Amino acid sequence: MVASGALCYPRPVPRRSDLKKILLVGSGPIVIGQASEFDYSGTQGAKALLAEGYEVVLVNSNPATIMTDPELAARTYVEPLTVEALRMIIARERPDAMLPTLGGQTALNLALALDEAGVLAEFGVELIGASKEAIRKAEDRGLFKAACAKVGLATPKSGNAHDLAEAHAIIAEVGYPAILRPSFTLGGAGGGIVWNASEVEAKVGWALSQSPTREVLIEQSVLGWKEYELEVICDSAGNFAVVCSIENLDPMGVHTGDSITVAPAMTLTDRELQRLRDAARAVMLEIGVATGGSNVQFAVNPANGDVIVIEMNPRVSRSSALASKATGYAIAKVAAKLAVGYRLDELRNDITRTTSAAFEPSIDYVVVKWPRFAFEKFPGADPRLGTQMKSVGEVMAIGRTFCEALQKAARSLETGKDGLSSLLPDADYIGLAGVLDRAARRDLANDPAPDPWTAGPRTASTDVELRTALRALVATASAERLFHLADLMRLGETDEELFRLTAIDPWFLAQIRRIVDFETAQKAESGKPLSADAVRAGKRLGFSDRQLASYAGASEETVRSFREAHAIKPTFARVDTCAAEFVAYTPYMYSTYETSNEAAPTADREKIIILGGGPNRIGQGIEFDYCCCHAAFALRELGYETIMVNCNPETVSTDYDTSDRLYFEPLTLEDVLAICEEEGRDGKLAGVIVQLGGQTPLKLAKPLARAGIPILGTSADAIDRAEDREQFDAMLVKLGLRRPRGGIAHDVEGARVVARDIGFPLLVRPSYVLGGRAMMIVNDDDELVHYVGLAVEVAREAMRDIRTSGEIEQKPTILLDEFLKDAIECDVDCVADGERVVIGGVMQHIEEAGIHSGDSACVLPPHTLPRTVVSSIKEQTRMLATELGVRGLMNVQFGVINQATYIIEVNPRASRTVPFVSKATGVAFAKVAAKVMAGRKLEALGLVDEVVPKHVSVKESVFPFAKFPGVDTILGPEMRSTGEVMGIDSTFERAFHKAIMAAGMPLPTSGAVIISVRDDDKPVAIVLARKLHRLGFSIVATGGTADALARVGIPCERVQKVAEGSPHIVDRVKIASEGRAAVALVVNTTWGSRAVRDSYAIRRQTLLAGIPYFTTMAAALAAADALEEGAPGGKMEVRSLQEWHAAVRSE
Amino acid sequence: MRDRRALLALADGTTYVGHAFGAEGITTGEVVFTTAMSGYQEVLTDPSFAGQIVTMTAPQIGNTGINKEDGEDERPRLAGFVVRETSPVVSSWRADESLDAYLARSGVVGIEGIDTRALTRHLRDSGAQNGAIGLLPDDNEAARVALVRRAREAPSMEGLDLATGVSTREPYTWREGTGAWHPDAPGAQPVERAKAFDKRVVALDFGLKRNILRCLVDVGCEVIVVPAKTPAAAILDLRPDGVFCSNGPGDPAAIAYAAETVRGVLGKKPFFGICLGHQIFGLALGGTTTKLRFGHRGINQPVRDLTTGRIEITTQNHGFVVDLEGLSATAKLTHQHLNDGTVEGIAHTSLPAFSVQYHPESAAGPHDSLYLFQRFIEMIEQA
Repeated sequence: MVASGALCYPRPVPRRSDLKKILLVGSGPIVIGQASEFDYSGTQGAKALLAEGYEVVLVNSNPATIMTDPELAARTYVEPLTVEALRMIIARERPDAMLPTLGGQTALNLALALDEAGVLAEFGVELIGASKEAIRKAEDRGLFKAACAKVGLATPKSGNAHDLAEAHAIIAEVGYPAILRPSFTLGGAGGGIVWNASEVEAKVGWALSQSPTREVLIEQSVLGWKEYELEVICDSAGNFAVVCSIENLDPMGVHTGDSITVAPAMTLTDRELQRLRDAARAVMLEIGVATGGSNVQFAVNPANGDVIVIEMNPRVSRSSALASKATGYAIAKVAAKLAVGYRLDELRNDITRTTSAAFEPSIDYVVVKWPRFAFEKFPGADPRLGTQMKSVGEVMAIGRTFCEALQKAARSLETGKDGLSSLLPDADYIGLAGVLDRAARRDLANDPAPDPWTAGPRTASTDVELRTALRALVATASAERLFHLADLMRLGETDEELFRLTAIDPWFLAQIRRIVDFETAQKAESGKPLSADAVRAGKRLGFSDRQLASYAGASEETVRSFREAHAIKPTFARVDTCAAEFVAYTPYMYSTYETSNEAAPTADREKIIILGGGPNRIGQGIEFDYCCCHAAFALRELGYETIMVNCNPETVSTDYDTSDRLYFEPLTLEDVLAICEEEGRDGKLAGVIVQLGGQTPLKLAKPLARAGIPILGTSADAIDRAEDREQFDAMLVKLGLRRPRGGIAHDVEGARVVARDIGFPLLVRPSYVLGGRAMMIVNDDDELVHYVGLAVEVAREAMRDIRTSGEIEQKPTILLDEFLKDAIECDVDCVADGERVVIGGVMQHIEEAGIHSGDSACVLPPHTLPRTVVSSIKEQTRMLATELGVRGLMNVQFGVINQATYIIEVNPRASRTVPFVSKATGVAFAKVAAKVMAGRKLEALGLVDEVVPKHVSVKESVFPFAKFPGVDTILGPEMRSTGEVMGIDSTFERAFHKAIMAAGMPLPTSGAVIISVRDDDKPVAIVLARKLHRLGFSIVATGGTADALARVGIPCERVQKVAEGSPHIVDRVKIASEGRAAVALVVNTTWGSRAVRDSYAIRRQTLLAGIPYFTTMAAALAAADALEEGAPGGKMEVRSLQEWHAAVRSE
Repeated sequence: MRDRRALLALADGTTYVGHAFGAEGITTGEVVFTTAMSGYQEVLTDPSFAGQIVTMTAPQIGNTGINKEDGEDERPRLAGFVVRETSPVVSSWRADESLDAYLARSGVVGIEGIDTRALTRHLRDSGAQNGAIGLLPDDNEAARVALVRRAREAPSMEGLDLATGVSTREPYTWREGTGAWHPDAPGAQPVERAKAFDKRVVALDFGLKRNILRCLVDVGCEVIVVPAKTPAAAILDLRPDGVFCSNGPGDPAAIAYAAETVRGVLGKKPFFGICLGHQIFGLALGGTTTKLRFGHRGINQPVRDLTTGRIEITTQNHGFVVDLEGLSATAKLTHQHLNDGTVEGIAHTSLPAFSVQYHPESAAGPHDSLYLFQRFIEMIEQA
């Protein structure tokens, strides 16, 4: 069929041979708005450039990434993403080019800053993938509007304000509500909606403070318009293709990262869609995007089709990751190749192998992305969604229809839902509506957060009251709005009214109604025998067995057996980019209920299933995905076929070439069992790995084992022995190990009994949770009573989540422990093979006990602990691993008071610190662990001894407080950081300095330091103040602290506390008074709920003002030490991981 | 929604159970699939689908209903419509009626609930073939067998003249452009008034898509549409500036008269052909056509313009292709399919005449190839 005509156009040189070395920049720590999707894009980019024979120099401060694996680049720098650090790296490496389009907004901004600082010109580094002019035109909203106007495209009416006066003038033009978009921020930080005149000052002020250029775009509201995104790709020859169209279920007004989105677009005719395509192409051309992936967002008026361009990103984005996973088209990989001179038509489509990458994918399924929120971690945060992104992760689900995909996405979220379930039996909607209402009226910058709201005993409410509350709830976008909407539908609200309240397209409402109607019909049949037709119909609408079981009043197992008996089983279809037009060679699958099965499991070698971590959330993020990817790499090395199961589109694990086979599926028992059955039918399934993906797969260990699926590595029983308090205590008694005194309780009375025995302060936490959810330190009986209620509630949820039906419901359990005040905490990671235990690393926390280990900075190796203590910690770790029969990874947390060590927690699974330890020591522990789980011995793998590097590695955490107006920044036992960075250097001080620089908190070298600390910290405050005074800082202090400093002769400026009246400490932060140095650093520690509330405003204002701060003395002292050492800036040095690791090996 | 079990039976005996929608009855035709994710209304009304049962690989169909503007002909011409799921509502500010009502009113038999992916894979692997859709009361085996028989008895697409039947009976003049839907960025002016209807083009209608006419008007033409069997002399009598030969259904080899007509205008007037018009042009130059196994149907098909090297994402709907062998003396290859290398465009080596296999007017599909209408105008101006 191939025509014989000679090609008569000139063949370009496909790949640029003038470039040898390319600098690839990552996006740094995981923050809201910039998550693991940039590890996916950076990893794809690095692999693609490597395969093309380029020397890749990679920079990223985030150790928990695959892209910073030393194998992926010639040189890997885990260094701060600052102009200073990049300048040194560029001077050292002399790359020919820099590719900034795969590292999110961070990399783009850094590219611009390097250009402005003259670094790129000085060293002759060419920007590839995007020119600085294109970046500026796309990012600067004024230039962007002008560009759109030039090609005849509408943008919202707007103006740029630099102060309040300008803001008032612009708002007079655009009217209310007005949208705020600060320039050069990511995830829409600082953005918001001004509804009326009374909100102008606070909201515009906040927006200005968030913009690095103190500029905010105020624009006409298109609230309620339909929102679309096109993911497009273009090459240097002007070839252009739309990879994916995405429709937001949530209309304009909610940040696209916080919206439920659907691919492909569902409610546009072709004419309307092509109009958007033409507009996207015109925008790309006008902005001057030379090559690569971009994303263009549109608003479409549902009443008349008017189109407005909202924004475009001249780079790979979160949506590109979604589009890649949704279609199978590897945008980042293709973008990297286009940047080095290839044209689209010169690249193949990996999935079909025979067709070209120059095409537009066609998909024959529906994809739903659903964001994952973590508001429970941020009491006081405004729960309303708006133009500033607040979600911490997302899931994606694939189904043949929207209903199926939507319900699969709902159960992938791991928020305790089995689908689009009703919350009516459990939720206190009237209370929730009140929370939303109060949030709308609170002064977020100055009023401390109200007490965490807990669902108290619900008073009986009528349907009318419920409907009123629900109507208020659905009219405001919030994390669970779709559940609220479905419940309002259940209470009889019409689609017309729901459309009026939400502006959600009637097509989506009609689909949701199909789900609700089916549920209603099934509930009416409750108690009757299951019908095969109904079950089949339900499965095709995406209902889980658990949902069907609850309607029928049966157990999940009953429904499963019924399905099996009636041959109602999922089939697997392939994601093939082409709607089956061509044969797909890549086994990238999703389940559905259709007539033909394309899974085609192989039978030629043994296979291992790796269960991923599900959506990113606080406490379970990219670190676990890193471990899962490493398992895939390691097991492939051993010759196993690797099979990944995950539902998170932002990850490397869901790239189709990370494992041999990929199932994009929810991580529930039902879905995982179906895959095990499919893959296990030939008897080649060696087992399933559950210990690398965090709590998500771990909680499937027992039910999977019960279903006869082999669990590789540490047994489900051992996991239980470490988790179950009584078994755990028995083990410690047997081994003669010490832990803080503690007890368990099921209610307030039980908790009081334990408290009387142990005394205060007490650490209270629910059982079976991760990331310190609802963990707190209570100081007295009042606080105990208050918090135990919440902890019981959280424990109940957690247990409901892990329970498989048929099991007897256990009482929710909370754990109460003696709080080790002022203890130093340590984390230990180890790997064991059943015979030998090898310590991965001992990490000493910088913050004292009481701060969650995931939020604390830590140092490896320990910098102040006595050798005897470290040895003892290691010995205890070995004893525990041996006793538990660990095969794989284990993490132990210790508290150290003087020479005494206490075991705080034992987790026989991968921990958050595994990637950090691996990057610090050069030993890939997750890979080793995977091989051990597959039956290899540590000795055979060449790992017999701990590797203790001479260099120092510091991990620092990164917090999302700026994204949550109204949230206190003080740290506690509940984890709230979203990501981490790493600093490596020859001394602790230098490494710590790098780490806090990388975390975005550059330490000041001059100015005023506010010190306001609790009584216990006053002696240390004197040490701190003396150091800072010697370094040339002026000291500002409140009452007690000022007195203490005065007594030892340290000069200080005294300011009033807020309670003492104006001018007070908050005014001092906000305004630099004449003749006095501006505040450059704030050290504020506090204790007890009352004092915390009283000092809320100082911390929030410090955050607002963008001033570096510390809320623990330990971290502040470490910072002072770092300043004394005086490294970064002047004497900073950079070194690659490969060099550090070579040094370790030669020791 | 009505719930009537229905069956799609293929000539090879494969059957797919679903539910009937649209018109009631039995239909037969060649079962094909299109991978277009948008534009089902354009697909339904594209006369090139006459005699075919069209499968949409996109699963959710009917969401935006049917409107007055987007039809490519006044009524649907296809033989049947196969989808995974129809929409319970219509959601579009332009919609006038639902898909179901439109098909029922237009006499088109539809079937939904079909595993369209399995069907598509089957057609891909075993080739396009005839099929029949009919009701299947009570899972009746006799009905099943009867439908398979109907599928086998349906006439083969090869050698079938379907174009003559869908052509206009009477000549008419067309002066409507794309107007508000002009593919330039919103706000840009379409053709300036002074140039409007500047050129007269006669279009031979073999199953013409309206958007071709709109695109010709956009570049300054007034179009006189004439019936398929209009002889060359009658066309030339209309004193056109250029002659256009349209798309259409069926086997190009079955309408030998058309090649004769084209030979009669070649060299006398600039010529442009699309799809079937391209195949007729190839035949007129002494070439041959062959049938592809399952054709190119979709709006994501990459084509290389060999003069510039640029890639266009094109709309395609064809089961036959022109073979280049035998054309080397008179025509050169101008456009080629990027995936399978098939002929997508040719131009006469010396005369002002060219054609493309794909649909530059898109509808549905991207607007990457509109330059071809401008190229036709330039050819006319240079003639």
